[in-house]
Amino acid sequence: MNVDKELDARGLNCPLPILKTKKSLADMQPGQILRVVSTDCGSVKDMQAFANQTGNQLVSQEEQNGEYVFLMKKK
Amino acid sequence: MKKMAIIASKGTLDMAYPPFILGSTAAALGFDVQIFFTFYGLQLLRKDLSSVKVSPLANPAMPMPVPMPVLVQALPGMESMATMMMKDMIKKKGVASLEDLRSLCLEADVKFVACQMTVDLFEFDKKDFIDGIEFGGAATFLEFAGEANVSLFV
Repeated sequence: MNVDKELDARGLNCPLPILKTKKSLADMQPGQILRVVSTDCGSVKDMQAFANQTGNQLVSQEEQNGEYVFLMKKK
Repeated sequence: MKKMAIIASKGTLDMAYPPFILGSTAAALGFDVQIFFTFYGLQLLRKDLSSVKVSPLANPAMPMPVPMPVLVQALPGMESMATMMMKDMIKKKGVASLEDLRSLCLEADVKFVACQMTVDLFEFDKKDFIDGIEFGGAATFLEFAGEANVSLFV
Protein backbone atom coordinates (compact mmCIF):
# COMPACT_ATOMS: atom_id res chain seq x y z
CA MET A 1 0.00 0.00 0.00
CA ASN A 2 1.18 3.50 -0.83
CA VAL A 3 2.21 5.48 2.21
CA ASP A 4 1.76 9.25 1.95
CA LYS A 5 3.31 10.21 5.26
CA GLU A 6 5.39 8.62 8.01
CA LEU A 7 5.25 9.26 11.74
CA ASP A 8 8.04 8.02 13.97
CA ALA A 9 6.54 7.70 17.45
CA ARG A 10 9.25 5.39 18.81
CA GLY A 11 10.12 5.93 22.46
CA LEU A 12 7.01 8.01 23.13
CA ASN A 13 4.52 7.02 25.77
CA CYS A 14 0.76 7.50 26.20
CA PRO A 15 -0.86 9.75 25.03
CA LEU A 16 1.85 11.15 22.73
CA PRO A 17 1.56 8.57 19.89
CA ILE A 18 -2.16 9.39 19.60
CA LEU A 19 -1.67 13.16 19.83
CA LYS A 20 1.08 13.07 17.19
CA THR A 21 -1.06 10.86 14.95
CA LYS A 22 -3.86 13.40 15.19
CA LYS A 23 -1.45 16.23 14.33
CA SER A 24 0.06 14.32 11.40
CA LEU A 25 -3.37 13.62 9.93
CA ALA A 26 -4.37 17.28 10.18
CA ASP A 27 -2.52 18.44 7.06
CA MET A 28 -3.25 15.32 4.97
CA GLN A 29 -5.92 14.83 2.30
CA PRO A 30 -8.89 12.47 2.75
CA GLY A 31 -7.98 8.96 1.61
CA GLN A 32 -4.23 9.43 2.16
CA ILE A 33 -2.34 6.88 4.24
CA LEU A 34 -0.31 7.65 7.36
CA ARG A 35 2.18 5.06 8.58
CA VAL A 36 2.89 5.23 12.32
CA VAL A 37 5.67 3.31 14.08
CA SER A 38 5.39 3.09 17.86
CA THR A 39 7.13 1.19 20.63
CA ASP A 40 4.33 1.78 23.15
CA CYS A 41 2.36 -1.46 23.46
CA GLY A 42 -0.55 0.56 24.87
CA SER A 43 -0.91 2.26 21.51
CA VAL A 44 -2.28 -0.97 19.98
CA LYS A 45 -5.63 -0.58 21.70
CA ASP A 46 -5.45 3.21 21.69
CA MET A 47 -5.01 3.51 17.92
CA GLN A 48 -8.10 1.36 17.43
CA ALA A 49 -10.05 3.55 19.84
CA PHE A 50 -8.76 6.68 18.10
CA ALA A 51 -9.91 5.33 14.74
CA ASN A 52 -13.33 4.36 16.09
CA GLN A 53 -13.86 7.76 17.66
CA THR A 54 -12.57 9.95 14.84
CA GLY A 55 -13.77 7.98 11.79
CA ASN A 56 -10.26 7.64 10.37
CA GLN A 57 -9.73 4.08 9.21
CA LEU A 58 -7.12 1.82 10.78
CA VAL A 59 -6.25 -0.15 7.66
CA SER A 60 -3.72 -2.44 9.32
CA GLN A 61 -1.66 -2.94 12.43
CA GLU A 62 1.18 -5.35 12.96
CA GLU A 63 4.10 -6.05 15.23
CA GLN A 64 7.58 -6.05 13.70
CA ASN A 65 10.55 -6.76 15.98
CA GLY A 66 8.95 -5.24 19.06
CA GLU A 67 7.65 -2.24 17.16
CA TYR A 68 4.05 -1.58 16.26
CA VAL A 69 3.27 -0.43 12.75
CA PHE A 70 -0.08 1.16 11.95
CA LEU A 71 -1.54 2.27 8.65
CA MET A 72 -4.20 4.91 9.12
CA LYS A 73 -6.38 6.18 6.28
CA LYS A 74 -7.52 9.74 6.70
CA LYS A 75 -11.30 10.30 6.72
CA MET B 1 -19.89 16.83 19.37
CA LYS B 2 -19.07 14.94 22.53
CA LYS B 3 -18.04 16.94 25.58
CA MET B 4 -15.81 16.22 28.56
CA ALA B 5 -15.70 18.26 31.74
CA ILE B 6 -12.92 17.84 34.31
CA ILE B 7 -12.34 19.43 37.69
CA ALA B 8 -8.62 19.60 38.55
CA SER B 9 -8.35 20.18 42.29
CA LYS B 10 -4.87 18.86 43.10
CA GLY B 11 -1.54 20.62 42.69
CA THR B 12 0.92 17.75 42.90
CA LEU B 13 2.96 16.34 40.03
CA ASP B 14 1.28 12.94 40.06
CA MET B 15 -2.24 14.33 40.17
CA ALA B 16 -1.50 16.94 37.52
CA TYR B 17 -1.17 14.30 34.83
CA PRO B 18 -4.70 12.85 34.55
CA PRO B 19 -6.46 16.13 33.65
CA PHE B 20 -3.86 17.08 31.03
CA ILE B 21 -3.54 13.58 29.53
CA LEU B 22 -7.28 13.03 29.32
CA GLY B 23 -7.91 16.58 28.16
CA SER B 24 -5.41 16.47 25.30
CA THR B 25 -6.44 12.97 24.24
CA ALA B 26 -10.16 13.73 24.33
CA ALA B 27 -9.52 16.79 22.19
CA ALA B 28 -7.64 14.58 19.72
CA LEU B 29 -10.65 12.25 19.63
CA GLY B 30 -12.88 15.18 18.74
CA PHE B 31 -14.30 16.05 22.17
CA ASP B 32 -15.02 19.59 23.24
CA VAL B 33 -13.09 19.77 26.54
CA GLN B 34 -13.22 22.12 29.50
CA ILE B 35 -11.02 21.80 32.59
CA PHE B 36 -11.98 23.73 35.69
CA PHE B 37 -9.01 24.40 37.99
CA THR B 38 -9.87 24.94 41.61
CA PHE B 39 -8.04 25.08 44.94
CA TYR B 40 -4.57 23.56 44.63
CA GLY B 41 -5.30 22.66 41.02
CA LEU B 42 -4.82 26.33 40.20
CA GLN B 43 -1.06 25.82 40.58
CA LEU B 44 -1.20 23.90 37.29
CA LEU B 45 -2.03 27.12 35.45
CA ARG B 46 1.03 29.03 36.63
CA LYS B 47 3.60 30.01 34.04
CA ASP B 48 6.23 28.48 36.30
CA LEU B 49 5.40 24.87 37.17
CA SER B 50 8.45 24.31 39.37
CA SER B 51 6.32 24.41 42.52
CA VAL B 52 4.39 21.35 41.30
CA LYS B 53 6.03 18.49 43.20
CA VAL B 54 5.39 15.00 44.43
CA SER B 55 5.88 13.95 48.05
CA PRO B 56 6.67 10.44 49.24
CA LEU B 57 4.86 11.37 52.47
CA ALA B 58 1.26 10.13 52.52
CA ASN B 59 1.99 8.36 49.25
CA PRO B 60 2.69 4.86 50.57
CA ALA B 61 2.23 3.29 47.13
CA MET B 62 4.98 5.36 45.54
CA PRO B 63 7.72 3.02 44.26
CA MET B 64 11.03 3.80 46.00
CA PRO B 65 14.49 2.47 45.11
CA VAL B 66 15.02 1.46 48.75
CA PRO B 67 12.47 1.02 51.53
CA MET B 68 12.15 4.36 53.29
CA PRO B 69 10.68 4.84 56.76
CA VAL B 70 8.10 7.60 57.07
CA LEU B 71 10.34 9.60 59.42
CA VAL B 72 13.07 9.65 56.77
CA GLN B 73 10.56 10.75 54.13
CA ALA B 74 9.77 13.74 56.33
CA LEU B 75 13.37 15.02 56.29
CA PRO B 76 14.10 18.33 54.53
CA GLY B 77 14.89 17.89 50.85
CA MET B 78 13.09 14.57 50.47
CA GLU B 79 10.23 16.13 48.53
CA SER B 80 12.61 17.76 46.07
CA MET B 81 14.50 14.50 45.72
CA ALA B 82 11.34 12.49 45.06
CA THR B 83 10.24 15.10 42.51
CA MET B 84 13.59 14.97 40.76
CA MET B 85 13.47 11.17 40.64
CA MET B 86 9.94 11.19 39.26
CA LYS B 87 10.76 13.77 36.57
CA ASP B 88 13.83 11.78 35.61
CA MET B 89 11.74 8.63 35.26
CA ILE B 90 9.10 10.49 33.24
CA LYS B 91 11.77 11.68 30.81
CA LYS B 92 13.43 8.28 30.48
CA LYS B 93 10.16 6.51 29.71
CA GLY B 94 9.11 8.92 26.98
CA VAL B 95 6.25 10.35 29.02
CA ALA B 96 5.50 13.98 28.17
CA SER B 97 6.37 16.75 30.61
CA LEU B 98 3.52 18.67 32.25
CA GLU B 99 4.52 21.79 30.33
CA ASP B 100 4.30 19.91 27.02
CA LEU B 101 0.95 18.30 27.81
CA ARG B 102 -0.47 21.63 28.89
CA SER B 103 0.66 23.25 25.63
CA LEU B 104 -0.81 20.36 23.65
CA CYS B 105 -4.13 20.93 25.42
CA LEU B 106 -4.11 24.63 24.56
CA GLU B 107 -3.14 23.92 20.95
CA ALA B 108 -6.09 21.54 20.71
CA ASP B 109 -8.48 24.22 22.05
CA VAL B 110 -9.04 22.63 25.44
CA LYS B 111 -10.60 25.40 27.48
CA PHE B 112 -9.00 26.17 30.86
CA VAL B 113 -11.19 27.85 33.45
CA ALA B 114 -9.59 29.12 36.66
CA CYS B 115 -11.71 29.30 39.79
CA GLN B 116 -12.07 32.99 40.65
CA MET B 117 -12.95 32.19 44.26
CA THR B 118 -9.63 30.36 44.71
CA VAL B 119 -7.74 33.28 43.17
CA ASP B 120 -9.35 35.59 45.75
CA LEU B 121 -8.90 33.12 48.60
CA PHE B 122 -5.18 32.60 48.13
CA GLU B 123 -4.59 36.13 46.81
CA PHE B 124 -3.00 34.80 43.62
CA ASP B 125 -1.67 37.31 41.13
CA LYS B 126 -3.32 36.79 37.75
CA LYS B 127 -0.05 37.83 36.10
CA ASP B 128 1.46 34.54 37.29
CA PHE B 129 -0.96 32.50 35.19
CA ILE B 130 -0.51 31.48 31.58
CA ASP B 131 -2.35 33.37 28.85
CA GLY B 132 -5.52 32.12 27.23
CA ILE B 133 -7.39 31.05 30.35
CA GLU B 134 -10.76 32.22 31.62
CA PHE B 135 -11.91 32.95 35.14
CA GLY B 136 -15.22 31.65 36.39
CA GLY B 137 -17.12 29.90 39.14
CA ALA B 138 -19.20 26.84 39.91
CA ALA B 139 -22.03 27.92 37.62
CA THR B 140 -19.61 28.31 34.70
CA PHE B 141 -18.43 24.74 35.20
CA LEU B 142 -21.92 23.33 35.64
CA GLU B 143 -23.26 25.03 32.53
CA PHE B 144 -20.71 23.09 30.49
CA ALA B 145 -20.70 19.91 32.60
CA GLY B 146 -24.49 19.71 32.44
CA GLU B 147 -24.20 18.85 28.77
CA ALA B 148 -21.02 16.77 29.02
CA ASN B 149 -20.83 13.07 28.17
CA VAL B 150 -17.92 12.60 30.57
CA SER B 151 -17.44 14.45 33.86
CA LEU B 152 -14.46 13.77 36.10
CA PHE B 153 -13.22 15.08 39.41
CA VAL B 154 -9.47 14.82 39.88
